Amino acid sequence: MALAGNELDETTGDATVREIARRQRLLSVLAKAPANELLKCWKQTGLDPAVELLRGPESGLVALQGRAGGTGQPFHVGEVSATRVTVRIGSGQVGHAMIGGRDTRKAQLVAVIDALAQDPAHADLVEREIVAPLEQLGNEADAKVRRETAATRVNFFTMVRGED
Amino acid sequence: MYVAVKGGEAAIGNAHRLLAARRRGDANVPGLTLEQIAGQLSLAVDRVMGEGSLYDPELAALAIKQARGDLIEAVFLLRAYRTTLPRFGHSLPMDTGRMLVERRISAIYKDLPGGQLLGPTFDYTHRLLDPVLAGDAPVDAPETGEDSNERVMRVSDILGDEGLIEDDPVTDASRPVADITRTPTEYPMSRDARLQTLARGDEGFLLALAYSTQRGYARSHPFVGEIRIGEVDVEVMIPELGFTVVIGRVKLTECQMVNQFQGSAKVPPQFTRGYGLVFGQAERKAMAMSLCDRALRATELGEDIVAPAQDEEFVLSHCDNVQATGFVEHLKLPHYVDFQAELDLVRRMRTEHFANAARADDEAIATDDTKEAAE
Repeated sequence: MALAGNELDETTGDATVREIARRQRLLSVLAKAPANELLKCWKQTGLDPAVELLRGPESGLVALQGRAGGTGQPFHVGEVSATRVTVRIGSGQVGHAMIGGRDTRKAQLVAVIDALAQDPAHADLVEREIVAPLEQLGNEADAKVRRETAATRVNFFTMVRGED
Repeated sequence: MYVAVKGGEAAIGNAHRLLAARRRGDANVPGLTLEQIAGQLSLAVDRVMGEGSLYDPELAALAIKQARGDLIEAVFLLRAYRTTLPRFGHSLPMDTGRMLVERRISAIYKDLPGGQLLGPTFDYTHRLLDPVLAGDAPVDAPETGEDSNERVMRVSDILGDEGLIEDDPVTDASRPVADITRTPTEYPMSRDARLQTLARGDEGFLLALAYSTQRGYARSHPFVGEIRIGEVDVEVMIPELGFTVVIGRVKLTECQMVNQFQGSAKVPPQFTRGYGLVFGQAERKAMAMSLCDRALRATELGEDIVAPAQDEEFVLSHCDNVQATGFVEHLKLPHYVDFQAELDLVRRMRTEHFANAARADDEAIATDDTKEAAE
């Protein structure tokens, strides 16, 4: 994942870089997680912070870019629907989410979890009960696709015709 | 010209009510759910997303249901919907090299890193109707194999290592990426605008043009370097956060077509490329797109323009099925006044025609009389 060059000047410490990496991972894992699984994990934590909506939830579009030849000049392939929301929780942290699709409830939940994870009192719980299990789930789903695909791999053998 | 005509309101209202009932069909048969359409007619959904230029399987399924399975009508619905939404921004260019590959084949190398992965394909089926599918018999779970963890290397990279294929460089990183939905079309188009137009173009139209190139109308001696299908992360820069976030995944089909040589006094002969990238599992469309992309590079590659598939304006201004259907179908609208004018004109022309004919006859008779008199 790319970091915005201008956001990270030499005064930015390792702690900030780590924090950005942590938040990137959290937001990406949650955005990719199925809504029902996310909700299940969320309910297990028993967390119920006060939530104030600062912006949205708002549905819109993100233009999707590909590259000519896979690696060349970027071009627009089309658009994908997306939903974004910004929240502030009772303890003051601001959470932000953008997810693919139009599930405003999921987007809001992701933003709330993003805010909670910035609160040292909840960071570990969020990681343990939500982010880590969902990441694991995603990896397992990917591994299943890979195994199913692997079964369709062609194993060529050469027929030898005649003898010398 | 068409004019506003009043008086059709009741008929239109009733026609729409009739349409709703006909769309639903026999009420004793359960209605289709969007999950059923998205899950079991997924390639139709993929096509509607691709040509509708909006990745949202649920909305595409709704559009197909509403359009009674008329896919071009469904594409139209999706295009209309997208115009109502704000655009948040754009993704980073998606990296198909890091795709979660579900299918990957190459027609030019038998053994290649990552292997030939057939995936869920119609290829090698016998195309015999399966009566069992008339029911809902349970299907076997997919067989699984050992994941080799081998990187599924791009075929173009294998060829590129030897310099046997042209590079596909980032020609100008500072120029904004073309967007035909924001800026009016101008010819000649840049390749990014062409690829965007082709990606949302009608599969049938592009397929026919691609076929024409194979039959000799701008032959380019193509080989499928690689087709890959699978999901790719969508990464977006979030200005509020100052870093990028993966917002989800989309399924894509990519086709790298490898075509015959290009070379010059300075550059040694090398293979040229055509590229296709389409939403969902859409192999035929991706292949057609890559053949059309290659044909449309004629000017850039110094080839003579001799065939329709190479004619940029012809291909790109007619491949959009929403535009095409709009203009063709507008002929259904009342053209009463237009036609009155045409009627008037044709009557006048006929009157003149008959008058001229009568005059010519009279003159002919007069000439004959003169001849007879002279004899």
